Amino acid sequence: MKKITPATLEAIASAPVNAPKNWIKVGLDTGGIAAGARYVFDALAGHIAYARHPISLLRTGSNGLSFADPVVEIECAGMPHVLYGNIHVADTKTLLDEHIIKHRILEDHVVATRDRGTKCEGDTTVILVQDTSAEQGDRTRFFQDSFIEEVRRQGLQGKVQVVRAMDMGIYKKGLVVQLLPSAVTYENVLAANISEIIMDTVKKGIVLEKLLHREPDPQVRIVMRNCGRLDPESLDDALRHGAYQGLKSALLVHGWEKTIGVMKASALRGRGGAGFPTWLKWKLTRDNVADQKYVICNGDEGDPGAFMDRSVLEGDPHTVLEGLMIAGLCTGATKGFFYIRAEYPLAVARIQLAIDQAKEAGLLGKNILGSDFEFDAEIRLGAGAFVCGEETALIASIEGKRGSPSPRPPFPSVSGLWGKPTSINNVETLAAIPAILCRGGEWYAQYGIGESRGTKVFAVTGKVNLAQLVEVPMGVTLHKIVYDICGGVSNGESIQAVQTGGPSGGVIPESLLDTPISYENLMKLGSIMGSGGMLVMDSNNSMVDVARFYLRFCVDESCGKCAPCRIGGYQMLQILERIFKGHGKADDIPKLKRICHAMQNASLCGLGQTAPNPVLSTLRYFEAEYMAFIEGGVTYARKIRKQLEGVGQKAS
Amino acid sequence: MSKALLSEHPGTPAASMDIDYYLEKWRGVEGNLIMILHQIQDTHGYIPRELVMQLDRALGIRLARIYEVITFYHYFKLVPPGKHHISICNGTACYLKGAANIIGEIEKTLGVKEGETTGDRLFQLETVRCIGCCGMSPAMMVDGRVCGHVKTTDLPEMINTIRKNEEQA
Repeated sequence: MKKITPATLEAIASAPVNAPKNWIKVGLDTGGIAAGARYVFDALAGHIAYARHPISLLRTGSNGLSFADPVVEIECAGMPHVLYGNIHVADTKTLLDEHIIKHRILEDHVVATRDRGTKCEGDTTVILVQDTSAEQGDRTRFFQDSFIEEVRRQGLQGKVQVVRAMDMGIYKKGLVVQLLPSAVTYENVLAANISEIIMDTVKKGIVLEKLLHREPDPQVRIVMRNCGRLDPESLDDALRHGAYQGLKSALLVHGWEKTIGVMKASALRGRGGAGFPTWLKWKLTRDNVADQKYVICNGDEGDPGAFMDRSVLEGDPHTVLEGLMIAGLCTGATKGFFYIRAEYPLAVARIQLAIDQAKEAGLLGKNILGSDFEFDAEIRLGAGAFVCGEETALIASIEGKRGSPSPRPPFPSVSGLWGKPTSINNVETLAAIPAILCRGGEWYAQYGIGESRGTKVFAVTGKVNLAQLVEVPMGVTLHKIVYDICGGVSNGESIQAVQTGGPSGGVIPESLLDTPISYENLMKLGSIMGSGGMLVMDSNNSMVDVARFYLRFCVDESCGKCAPCRIGGYQMLQILERIFKGHGKADDIPKLKRICHAMQNASLCGLGQTAPNPVLSTLRYFEAEYMAFIEGGVTYARKIRKQLEGVGQKAS
Repeated sequence: MSKALLSEHPGTPAASMDIDYYLEKWRGVEGNLIMILHQIQDTHGYIPRELVMQLDRALGIRLARIYEVITFYHYFKLVPPGKHHISICNGTACYLKGAANIIGEIEKTLGVKEGETTGDRLFQLETVRCIGCCGMSPAMMVDGRVCGHVKTTDLPEMINTIRKNEEQA
C-alpha cells in the first residue's frame, strides 16, 4: 500500500468517493453475527454471484439497532435507500429478487430512517405504514389495505407501493406513515386522512402540516458516526469517511498545545464513568518530564449489559486508533496500548488489522504525516477481571501481573505503566476526539447541559421493547430514551426502575425518569453515569434480587487486597441472601447501611467504593420492598421467588 | 482473525508442549506473561502444568508468581474443558429475563454445577458475564453458537440432541 501523506488526506477530503453506487451492507459485529449475520452475508454472496446481480456486497459494523439484528442495508438505483432488520438466511433470496429485480420492498422488515424529511420532492414510490398504538390491536394491515385501495382509486397502482414497516422509530403515535424517498413522516393518521395524503402529498408534493412528525430525532451520532456505515476492515473506506483528518489537523495545524486547548473548549470528560476532563488528564501527563510516556485505550468493558465500546472497536477501529494517536501527541507519549477483553475476539482482530494497516501506510512509526511525531501501538488482552477497568489495576495487568489496584497518589499521570507518566482513556472518549478536532471544541460543547457536554452512548437493555445502542446529547431525559427511542417496556408492563452504571451504579425509580442526564444529576440520584449500561426493569423484577445480583458480581470481582471491599461485600451479600430467603431481621437494614458507608469511605479503589451503590440506591427508593421481605418472612419470599421463576417461561 | 494473537481453532494447530513455540513472539517484551498465557490457552483450551513449569525457567519468574496471575483471572483455566461448551449468559439483561432459572435447569439436566465438566467429559458448563447479545436475552452459547430467547423447557432436548449426535458419531 502507498504511504499516506498530508496531500493524500487533503485529496480525499476535498474530492471524495469512488465508492460503488449499488451496494448491500450487512452488519457484521458480534451481536449481528450471533443473530446469524455471517450466514446472511454468505447466502447473499452466493445469490449475487449466481444471479450476477450488479451490486456490491459490503461488510460493516453495528449501527446500534440490536433489536433488528441481523441488519441489511440496500442502496440500489431506482429504489429508495432502505434498512432491513431481522433478515435471516431464508429471506435472502426473496430480498434480492424483490428489491433488486422487481423493485419492490419486503414487507415487515423495514426499519424506517430516523433522518426524517419535511419537504416532499420527487415522486413518492413507497409508503411505509405501522400502527404504533396497540390499544385497539394492531391495525397495520387494515390501514395498509385502505392505503392500497386509495392508491388504486387515485390511479397510482404500480407506481406506489404500500409496505408494512417493522419499526418506525416513533411510538404511541397512532398510525405512522412514512413516504419514501422524501422520508416525510406523518403521525396519528386516521382513516379519513388517507385520501388527502395520497391526493396532496403523493400526487402534488404538498406536505400536510397538521399530520407532520416535527420532532427532530433525539439522537446525535458523534462517537458512532461511522458505525454501521464503513467497512471496519478497510483503511480505504475509513479514509473515505474522514479517518485521520483529525490527526492531520492536530499534527499539522494545531500542534499539541492548541489541540489540548480545543479539547478544553469541547469540555469532553472521560466516558469510562468517572468523568474526569480529558484535556486535564493530558495536560497533567504532558507536564511530567520523562524519557518515555504511554497512552492506553481502556477497552476492558466488563460491566455486564454494556457493549458500546465493543461496537465502536468493531465498527470503527481506525477512529479509535486515531484518537489514541492524538492522545499520544498531546501527552508526549510515543507508545500506545489497547487493553481489550479477551472475550471480544472480533474487536481484537479488527483493532490488530487497523494497526497493521496503519503501519503499512506510514500512519504509525516514525515521521508520521511528514512531521517529527513518532508513535506505535500494540494490543494487550484482558483476562476477565472487572477490577482491571480501574486505572492502576489495568496498568498492573498490562505489566503482566495480577490486576490489583494500588493507592493513588501517585496518579498514573505521574507514575503509571512501568513507572512512567501514563494517560488512560476510554474507547468512547477516544472515538469522539477526531470528530472534535475536525469540527472544533465549540461545536462539540454546543450539545449537553451544565458541566456535562457532548453526547453519550448508552446500551439500553433489559425489559425494554427495542434493545439498542443509543447516542444522545447529555441533558436528554431517561424517559425520552426509554419511551421515545426504545419504544417503552415490553409486554405492556409498567417500568419500575432504570439501572445505570452497572455494578457501580444505582437504580432510578420511574418517578425520577424525567431527570436530564448528566454526570452531576445521576450522582445526585445516587447512581452514576458509568460506562453507559442502562437496564430497564419492570414491576416483575424484585429490587432486592437486583441488588443481590450486582453485589454478588462485586464480591466475585473483588481482588481481595483491602479489607473493606473483601469483607464488607461478603457480609452484605450474606445479609441480602438472608433477606431474600425471608429470614431477614429488623436490624438488617441499618446494618447494611453501616457497611455501605464503611466500604465507600475505606476501600482502596473505585470498585470497592462504588460496590455498595446498588444496595444503597435500592434501599433509598425501595426500602418498602426490603421491609416487605423482612416482615413478610418466608411466605412472602417464596411468593416473590415463584414470580421470578415465571420469568424464564414467559420470555418469548 | 489475526493468527498472531488468537489462533482460530483452539486445540487444533500445533498443540505444542514446547515453551519456545509460545515465547517466539514475546521473548524480551516487557509484561509478556499474560500474553503468553493467552497463547497457551488458545492452543490447548487450558493451561497445562508442564508448560507453566517450563515458563518458570524460561522467563525466570517464580512458579508461585505465575500461578498467582493464572488464578487471579477468570479467563484462564487449569483443567482441560469438556468437549461441548455450554455458556449461559448471566449479564444483567439476561438475569432480569430469567437467566438464573436457565442456569438452575441446565445444572439439573447435566448434573454438574457451573464451571464443572460432566463425568463423561462431554459437556463444560460455564456462566459468562454478558456475551453482548442483550437484544436476544436470555441468551446462551453452545459451542460458540448463540441461542437467543432461551426457554427452560427447550434445554433438555437441546442437551439430548448433542448427546445423541455424539453416540452416533
